[in-house]
Amino acid sequence: MDSYRVKAGPEGYLPPAAACVGICLPERGHALLEGELVPEERALEEIARRLLAAGNPVFFPGPLILWDWKEGVAEKARALQVLAREVRAKIIPMPDYRPKYPMINPAVEINPNHPNLTIWHNHIDVCVFIGVHCHYANVALKIIRGGTDCYTIAICGEVGHEDAMISLRDAGLRTLERLTAMVREMKRKAGDVG
Amino acid sequence: MTKQIFRIAPGFEEIMPEEYRELVTDGPYDRSVGVADLGTFKELLEEHPLCAGCGLALSLRLFLASLPAPADTVVVGSTGCSAIAFPQVGLHNIHGLFGNQNAIASGLKRALKLRFPDRPKDVVVVAGDGATADIGLEMVMHSWFRAENIATVMLDNEAYANTGGQESGMSPRGAVLNMAPTGKKFEKVAMPEIARESGCAYVAVTSPANARRFEKAIRRAILVARDVGPTYVQVFCPCPTNFKFRPDETLGVIRKREKEGVFQYREYITPEAQQYLAASEGEKR
Repeated sequence: MDSYRVKAGPEGYLPPAAACVGICLPERGHALLEGELVPEERALEEIARRLLAAGNPVFFPGPLILWDWKEGVAEKARALQVLAREVRAKIIPMPDYRPKYPMINPAVEINPNHPNLTIWHNHIDVCVFIGVHCHYANVALKIIRGGTDCYTIAICGEVGHEDAMISLRDAGLRTLERLTAMVREMKRKAGDVG
Repeated sequence: MTKQIFRIAPGFEEIMPEEYRELVTDGPYDRSVGVADLGTFKELLEEHPLCAGCGLALSLRLFLASLPAPADTVVVGSTGCSAIAFPQVGLHNIHGLFGNQNAIASGLKRALKLRFPDRPKDVVVVAGDGATADIGLEMVMHSWFRAENIATVMLDNEAYANTGGQESGMSPRGAVLNMAPTGKKFEKVAMPEIARESGCAYVAVTSPANARRFEKAIRRAILVARDVGPTYVQVFCPCPTNFKFRPDETLGVIRKREKEGVFQYREYITPEAQQYLAASEGEKR
């Protein structure tokens, strides 16, 4: 149990919830990196690196950031769009969690009940969950780990997600801005100014 | 909910699926639309997975177009055919356990009264005949005894339709179904009469065959439940799959039953509700 690590799958049908195999959520100022507790800064660097190295990075914004439902959301939404442009990521929304019949169009949205369809059809190698309510993020992350080889990142405003390969906690507007600055710095160092 | 919070965060307008954009720009929230306006606004029901010719699906569509305040309405549903369609509905809805829908609605309504004392929130139960007249009858009746401010709408397709066709308390006497081969041995449960005697301030029996009458019953039930007391609407919406008629015959079946006198549109309104409706409908005019 101690050696379990949250790596990209496919791990097979019904992978265990990471919390059930010994992975604990991080304390403030810390994050999870493939199941290990690390300082937040370290996780941010790894997110920036993964996003820049990805062939097809995609952001999955959930209802908490897609809908302008309270003060501060619009600013966070704009910061996310800046970050997505900076890493040349597509954005595929998760507007709500309804188990739609017969199924969603995976080219235009992602649904927590069958997120693997969106990953498979769009050939996504790195994805970022943000603004998705905890229980639905947990379900979707586990399904993705079970059925795909996609690398999952959760930018979580609450306490984080064990089932993501990288998970931040307490992530707000400032976190997104720091991450964008980090991406820009990495690109500058690599000589990529495009 | 008000329309103020039902808007897309800036910059995300282009990536949202079309049906959500249409709901925001052209949906029925905070607008005065009804069944006569169907086809001119974005409906709350986005397609649906129910059978061809389903009377319940048509009723659900008319019901959603009849809501007096969809932005401030929460629907509580239960196990049954309508539960399969509700994931396609752009409205707050809660799926209860089989039969406990009126208990959930009671608690929800009380909580909403405390949370939003100055803004009326309509809690409407929409459930099938199995959940209302059989499995949930105790909780339905007790919500009426307690005079909860909720509207109960029974979509009466006269069978347990999506489990293969078992008879329900609302199946007519003699009905033969896939899993009731010997025919039902007793009459339909007298739900309108039970509702009236249990304290409902407004009771109606209607069908989707007359959309205007249907709309009037739904609106009256919701408005009376808001300010007077519990209400009940029974919607006759026959099932082509289990009663073996062609999908295009659904409305014909209703009209035939009406002609035979087996199904009859009727309303019961308490004097208090009558006074209330006279005032509110007079205001509207």
